Amino acid sequence: MVFFFQNLINALQWGSFYALIALGYSMVYSIMMLFNFAHGDIFMVGAYIGFGVAMGLMALASLMSFALPGWLVLVVTILLSMFLTSFVGMFVERVGYRPLREAPRASAAITGLMIGIILEMLILWGVGTQRISFPPLIETITYSINGVFITNKKIMIVGVSLSFMLALHLFIKRTRWGMAMRAMAFDFVVVPLMGVSINRIAAMTFAIGSALAAVAGILFGVAYPVLDPYMGILFGWKAFVAAILGGRGSIMGATLAGFLLGFIEIFVAMIFPSTLRDIIAYSIVLLILVFRPYGFFGEPYSAKLRL
Amino acid sequence: MEVTGSELSTTAIGLKTKIRDMFSMLPIMGWLFGALIAVILEQIVGTPLAIALGLPKIPALFGFLIMLKKPMLVPSTMLYVLLIFILPIGIVARLSFAAANRLAERLINFSMPGSVFVHLVVLYAIFHIWAGISDYRLLTLKFTLIAIMVTVSLNVINGYLGEFSCSHPGFMALGAYTASVFSVSLFVNDSMFGHALIPSFLGPFLFPIGLILGGCVAALGALIVAIPSFRTRGDYLAIISLAFMFIIKSLIENLEFVGGPRGLSSQPDWANLPTVFVWTVVCIWVINNFVRSTLGKALNAIRDEETAANAMTVNTKRTKVVAFMFAAFWAGVAGGLFAHVLGYVNPATFSIQKLAEVLAMVYFGGLNSVYGSIVGAVSLSLLGEALRPLELFKWIAIPLLLILVMIYRPTGLIAFKEFNVKKLIQPKKKKGKEV
Repeated sequence: MVFFFQNLINALQWGSFYALIALGYSMVYSIMMLFNFAHGDIFMVGAYIGFGVAMGLMALASLMSFALPGWLVLVVTILLSMFLTSFVGMFVERVGYRPLREAPRASAAITGLMIGIILEMLILWGVGTQRISFPPLIETITYSINGVFITNKKIMIVGVSLSFMLALHLFIKRTRWGMAMRAMAFDFVVVPLMGVSINRIAAMTFAIGSALAAVAGILFGVAYPVLDPYMGILFGWKAFVAAILGGRGSIMGATLAGFLLGFIEIFVAMIFPSTLRDIIAYSIVLLILVFRPYGFFGEPYSAKLRL
Repeated sequence: MEVTGSELSTTAIGLKTKIRDMFSMLPIMGWLFGALIAVILEQIVGTPLAIALGLPKIPALFGFLIMLKKPMLVPSTMLYVLLIFILPIGIVARLSFAAANRLAERLINFSMPGSVFVHLVVLYAIFHIWAGISDYRLLTLKFTLIAIMVTVSLNVINGYLGEFSCSHPGFMALGAYTASVFSVSLFVNDSMFGHALIPSFLGPFLFPIGLILGGCVAALGALIVAIPSFRTRGDYLAIISLAFMFIIKSLIENLEFVGGPRGLSSQPDWANLPTVFVWTVVCIWVINNFVRSTLGKALNAIRDEETAANAMTVNTKRTKVVAFMFAAFWAGVAGGLFAHVLGYVNPATFSIQKLAEVLAMVYFGGLNSVYGSIVGAVSLSLLGEALRPLELFKWIAIPLLLILVMIYRPTGLIAFKEFNVKKLIQPKKKKGKEV
């Protein structure tokens, strides 16, 4: 039982990264009907921006001989990086997706992949090939409850991700902008005729998705303090799997499937030899899709939806 | 007499059309002759000319590598390319056009397969002589030919069938490992598989069996992707194929008898240029015939409207299975060749990077077109090699180029164009004359 709960906590942490990234995929899908394949790399860029902001803040604090508490640095880092990364997302939308809105979906997928490669290379060029380590902003405190070890970082990571998911949910359900997004997801032909600008909504969707990816990047940096320019590739594709598993365009589904994928990966690695993790995890995904071909919350659709 | 601006431009246009007319009458045979003369010329005078122009050695890839590495040598490299390639090809092609036309006509009247065969022999001779200059050229050429096979076969699924399949690296891995296990276990004294069971001089003759076995294993693997495709399409199938790719890679990493993550090496050197060339030609020929057959047209019908195709007596399930297995077979064969060209495979080769590369080639060249796939594979492989001196910026330049192509030609450079061999090799007639 202790073993189970210990892994449950690890899985919650691991799953919250997938869920935060999968949300970005899912939101973009619901508006634009296409997947932003550069999203994994935006996650990576977000982590690097977070690193830059945190380092800058600490340098500034030491320069002015002013002691900033670690949690404050973390909060400011998360907020500032969200803001900065959202511009990366909007830039990607403007350059790679807006010109291709009428094009076949696969072409947009290719531009997304290529923008991802360019982002990796820009980071590689700017930072260099060596892996950099994220500064330890908060000290790790370990609590033990009946033999289950919980660190304050894990609680913080799960808590922060869940609160951002809740905030996104409220934003979409309660605000005018959220209503515009839902309307656009419902019908992107008629809604622009009603005075909602599709360009603005699309840019906003990319911005929000990228901001969430930046949160995931910084939290990842806090949990596993090693950043490298290729870390977004695998994470991005796995979160893409989660987004599809949840049902395309379903925010709820993406969250649940992100956590589910985290659970599958952690528990498979615990029960079986860890080298078998990918085989078993993806065989489970394959089986789920064979029996529920449209994901958990998705609906069957015709491929002509966009045409 | 005073020459006004408009007159000047008309003469310029006249000159342009004149040149175009001059070259539009050239059959492919003429170009092949020109290229043949050029490569023979390079073989004979290449080294002295390169030294005379101050180049360290014969420029390997039409001078791109040298020009990017040492900008000082740009003029002499360009002069070299002009003297060795552009001028001889242009002059010979222009001078021989009447003879080439006559020859092409005679050959085509004699027999169509014979004519194709002659063209291919000349093409092979050009490749052979061109690649004989350096090992680097040989390797680049082999990888380009293999890239053509992979791209054309992926186009069957992504272009003709209209699915977004991400499993091609997985199929390649299956083929590569099966063919490698076949040749290493049977013909090589190896620490992993023990002594050779069959004398190695028989190897090159039995090598096609290994490749076909690899293709068949890949085709069996394709069933895993093809069967779910009955119920789902589009993004979900993309995920299924992606999951398949991850599973295959992870499976190979866990199989200790093929070396696990370390990879499998000591494949014999059987994938020489003739072998790769012949397999590539057979691959293009078979796939081109496949997509022009009734079954191939059924793929297009399913892509455009599955329900309607079903109503029009297209057996959609059978068609999908055949298309996936067929494409996977050729990907497997290409994988087997790849393993033997490199002499080493490891699972990490067949991952997301490979996928991005292959997808880029298909979408750059053009969907639904064998011709486009050849263009895409050749141009991206050569570009990848030619821009190598740029190091990191190569991976910024190529994606930027692809983004531009996607924005201005969303379906790729040469999409929806049929590859008609007869049209390609027939003699060119003057405009206005009835054929």
